[in-house]
Amino acid sequence: MSSVSVPAEERPGLLRRPTAVTGLWSWFTTVDHKKIGILYGLTAFVFFLVGGLEALLIRSQLAQPNGKLLTAAQYDQVFTMHGLTMVFLFVMPMSAAFLNYMIPLMIGARDVAFPRLNAFSYWLFLFGGLFLYSSFFLGGAPNGGWFGYAPNSTTDPSPGMTFYALGLLLAGIASTAGAINLGVTVLNMRAPGMSFFRVPVFVWMGLVVQMLLAFSLPIITVALIELLFDRRFGTHFFDPAVGGDPLLWQHLFWLFGHPEVYILILPAFGIFSEVLPVFSRKPLFGYQFVVFSGISIGFIGFGVWAHHMFAVGLGPVANTAFGISTAIIAVPTGVKIFNWMATMHGGDLRFTTAMLFSVGGVMNFVIGGLSGVTHAIVPADYQQTDTYYIVAHFHYVLFGGAVLGIFSGLFYWWPKVFGRMLGEKLGKVQFWLMVIGLNLTFGPMHILGLQGMIRRTYTYPASLGLTFWNQVATVGSFTIAAGVLVFVVNAVSSLRGPKDAPADPWDGRTLEWMTSSPPPVHNFDEIPTVHALDEFWHRKYTEDKSGRPVPVQAGASEQPHPGGGGHEIHLPGPSYWPLVGALGLQLVGYGIIYGWWLAFVGAALLLVGVFGWALEPSAE
Amino acid sequence: MAQAAVEHHGGGSEHATSTGLPSTKLAMWLFLASDCLFFGALITSYVLYRGASVQGPFPRDVFDIPYTSVSSFVLLGSSLTMVLAVAAAQRRDLGRMRIWLLATAMLGMTFVGGQVYEFTRFYNEGLSLSKNLFGSTFFVLTGFHGAHVAIGILMLLSLVSFSYADKLPEDAGFPVEMIGLYWHFVDIVWIVIFTVVYLIPTGNPGK
Amino acid sequence: MRSGGKGTLRKRVLWVMGLVALALVVAACAPHASQDTLKPQGPYAREIKSLFIPVLWVAAAVFLIVEGGIVWIIVKYRHRKGRDRMPAQTHGNTRLEIGWTIAPALVLAVVMVPTVATIWDLASKPPSNAINVTVTGRQWWWKFEYTDPDMKTAAGGQIVTANEMVIPTGRTVYLTVTADSDPGAHTTDGLPGFAVIHSFWVPELAGKQDAIPTRENHILMQADHPGIYHGQCAEFCGLSHGIMRVQVRAVTPQEFDAWVANQKLDALTPQPGTLAATGMQDFTGGQCIVCHAIAGIPNATADAGPNLTHFASRGCFAGCLLDNQNADDIRRWLEDPAAVKPGAKMPNYHLSPEQIDALVAYLMSLK
Repeated sequence: MSSVSVPAEERPGLLRRPTAVTGLWSWFTTVDHKKIGILYGLTAFVFFLVGGLEALLIRSQLAQPNGKLLTAAQYDQVFTMHGLTMVFLFVMPMSAAFLNYMIPLMIGARDVAFPRLNAFSYWLFLFGGLFLYSSFFLGGAPNGGWFGYAPNSTTDPSPGMTFYALGLLLAGIASTAGAINLGVTVLNMRAPGMSFFRVPVFVWMGLVVQMLLAFSLPIITVALIELLFDRRFGTHFFDPAVGGDPLLWQHLFWLFGHPEVYILILPAFGIFSEVLPVFSRKPLFGYQFVVFSGISIGFIGFGVWAHHMFAVGLGPVANTAFGISTAIIAVPTGVKIFNWMATMHGGDLRFTTAMLFSVGGVMNFVIGGLSGVTHAIVPADYQQTDTYYIVAHFHYVLFGGAVLGIFSGLFYWWPKVFGRMLGEKLGKVQFWLMVIGLNLTFGPMHILGLQGMIRRTYTYPASLGLTFWNQVATVGSFTIAAGVLVFVVNAVSSLRGPKDAPADPWDGRTLEWMTSSPPPVHNFDEIPTVHALDEFWHRKYTEDKSGRPVPVQAGASEQPHPGGGGHEIHLPGPSYWPLVGALGLQLVGYGIIYGWWLAFVGAALLLVGVFGWALEPSAE
Repeated sequence: MAQAAVEHHGGGSEHATSTGLPSTKLAMWLFLASDCLFFGALITSYVLYRGASVQGPFPRDVFDIPYTSVSSFVLLGSSLTMVLAVAAAQRRDLGRMRIWLLATAMLGMTFVGGQVYEFTRFYNEGLSLSKNLFGSTFFVLTGFHGAHVAIGILMLLSLVSFSYADKLPEDAGFPVEMIGLYWHFVDIVWIVIFTVVYLIPTGNPGK
Repeated sequence: MRSGGKGTLRKRVLWVMGLVALALVVAACAPHASQDTLKPQGPYAREIKSLFIPVLWVAAAVFLIVEGGIVWIIVKYRHRKGRDRMPAQTHGNTRLEIGWTIAPALVLAVVMVPTVATIWDLASKPPSNAINVTVTGRQWWWKFEYTDPDMKTAAGGQIVTANEMVIPTGRTVYLTVTADSDPGAHTTDGLPGFAVIHSFWVPELAGKQDAIPTRENHILMQADHPGIYHGQCAEFCGLSHGIMRVQVRAVTPQEFDAWVANQKLDALTPQPGTLAATGMQDFTGGQCIVCHAIAGIPNATADAGPNLTHFASRGCFAGCLLDNQNADDIRRWLEDPAAVKPGAKMPNYHLSPEQIDALVAYLMSLK
């Protein structure tokens, strides 16, 4: 890609590019969006398991009144890390995994716009996550909640919240780089003929998410820098004793935090919008409506942050305004649900596991959406905020919506990524375990919240009458865990099986199904020219007079020709500099805690990475 | 973003892109738009705490407007030399390009040097990060701007040395233009900071 | 492929609906819950509930329509074996879509009207006969200061109490909720006291408002009937956040007047020679006086810990975890505060059993 004109033999050895594209080492140097996507997915899944274990610890502690499994100090770390893990180390990178892998395939590109930047994003995400988790062994994990409200977060004596600030800064840099990369990819790398209204909805949602990231992450970056400086360098941004305003943190955090909610859920909306049409054998009903509602959710998402702060005393004017904006954002969300229903209406619904997860995701998201609307009822929120009612709400959104969406995507695209099918029987067992488990876990939390159970509490007395529903929730959480376990078994046995998945197992509609499963390293032997939305479907089917599709006769159109060709295609070579640079940044993070010398070592390593990156020759 | 700027200019010139804009340029614009919000949040923090410090030194105790005006003028001047560097690079006049790049870097270094001197003087007059809210917000805002300038200088000097080592691509104008975009952005941000922090009088600095 | 068959589907639907029905029923009549937002015991809490319940019904109706619609669609249009039907390729219907954009917008607009009215209602000024109380959140207990002019004590200050707030029934209490802003103000040796955000919440009497350093929020509160109303801090505030409890004791107006009259008095001085008198000496001569105030004792004016003047007149202490009338509870606390309340700011002074006995006797004499 970069055009350095020095002949190969003159280059210093250090700058020679790694060449291996298979084997273990190749995973460290890869710049292939597909391998990076798999790395993102695998890493995110491991963090999902860890975050899930933390959830089980939480539920075990709360299974009885006056639980003694964890001390207050341990519990605070566990619930904080559960939130951070699920938000920043699971749902976000898992979405990044799907977007990384699928965007180039779905828009007919050979890779993302900046393959090495892509690798850098991944490694920095990984190192940021490891950095956060290393705090458990270095004096205590973050313990001030994922929301890290100041001044509690600035004054807590354990080092946890310093790790929080730095760890999220590292992950934030990774996400910003990724957002710019994927955003440019969608804007600039579409196949010939793929106008914006021929872009698959999943890619559209991905684009909206990247824009949300690009414009919300800098705000949390500033908040985290101010938190870090308050903790580490004695500034007073959130120090009320000398005039600082604790609410500044909350405004900055939620200005990021609410768009973040849509960052988490929109990729799942994209998955629903791909899966439902394929397994209904109908196009998405009202494609443009769904796209525009996604875009407007993105915009309005920046105008509702203070609904997290109805009880902080912003005054009736602000509370009214944000109550109304919160009600407004429910409209574009509702539109999508009706569109999905209309997509299925009149279809020929095939209930594969992927379809089950999408339908289940929509149905459970509806519950979270409705309880979300009740938050717009500001006075009711005076009662409900900071209670388990809120916990119930956002778990229906993030587990019912985002996580079920992720599993739908996993079952849908697994054959494309690994060339093997996931077991349908085990998949259905998993689906029912997870759906029953999630309703058992989070349904009762509505009741607990209305009964006055506060959030982030490590205990509750028997006298409050909260025991029964807490026990139900705990049973539910282990049911979910069983479902996850079934998936692990399914995944492992699938990966051990033969590579026998066809290129187009689901009768798909979009470009990724045109190429082989798994796709060749160059994705497409020949970049397809796009003539319509659902291009691949239109290559397979034409419509009869009554508007019903009939298969195109063999030979009359371009059919997928997997593998074989592509020898002349020039792809970017692997590189180890992204890994070096990301490692350098992580060392800078440790250096800010442990001493300037380490920070300088990290900065030097970062510079080595950057210059190596800039100067390394293009692939031979 | 140093990386983004230096790598892959090729997205534009080798393949046709969907928007017609080179990918690197699009990425740079996206990054700068994102960075706008970064400085926006920092400036907001400063403005929010204007006049909120409970003890001095206050802005009017330490600011030397003529001095900072001169260093601001120096930074603004560097935008002109940057434009000349881009023009020279696009003409493939590598000699002139180096001269103007070095001039830009020199002006940038003068600015950063002036900032270091200013910080030192403020510190000696009792203003530190932890002294009061003014110190916290002022140093963090202008410090992060200074870091942006420093990174810009590093990129400019890298361009010069790459050009001596014959490591610039065929169309040298492209990377120079990208770093120019960044440089102009950093200059514009300084105009905003200079206006908001130095020129607009603080509400009640003595409170 | 045929998995979402009729049986499992119905089961699932029944299951979901059953759960929701159960949720509503149980929430409405949960047996022992004493922090139940759906069992308001005063007009301000009732106002919130009567706004929430109709919205809940609207939400339930939408829920049934949407989920019912989905279930109907997936049953009706499920793939059936032996029928390879290719559905018509409907791409959309603008009129329909505009319709289902406007419909929810209208529903929401209707819901927002009473919402906005209630927001402003709850933010209005209190009636002129309201009692003013300033509520301060500390790690991890609540301080109450009755700020009205007729609440002055013999010692010259205002009535100050902790953990338990006493209010008369049938009269509005106007709370000013805040938290300390100076992290150093309430520090005991080696144990920093931090100024953090709390949230004051007694669900059966009113909605919550955050207690934020440097800021003042207000809550209108009123109880219909005498009784104990439980609550707790709702904003995460550190180690003992989960057990930062509080209670409001509502009493008849007559009882309230008597309570006020007693609170205005200086603390009782124990008879010389009693165990309580020894305890008083331990209090003044030991570490207690560094943090705790007792009206009537010279120099006992510190504000770091709860004011103990009428300790024995209260129902709970230590973040309402312990009972003031229970000698064992007081003993437990004095033996090791952090064992009761993780991170407690009161250090363990390793008091001797004799000292503890004396202090317990003294504290229990402070009616």
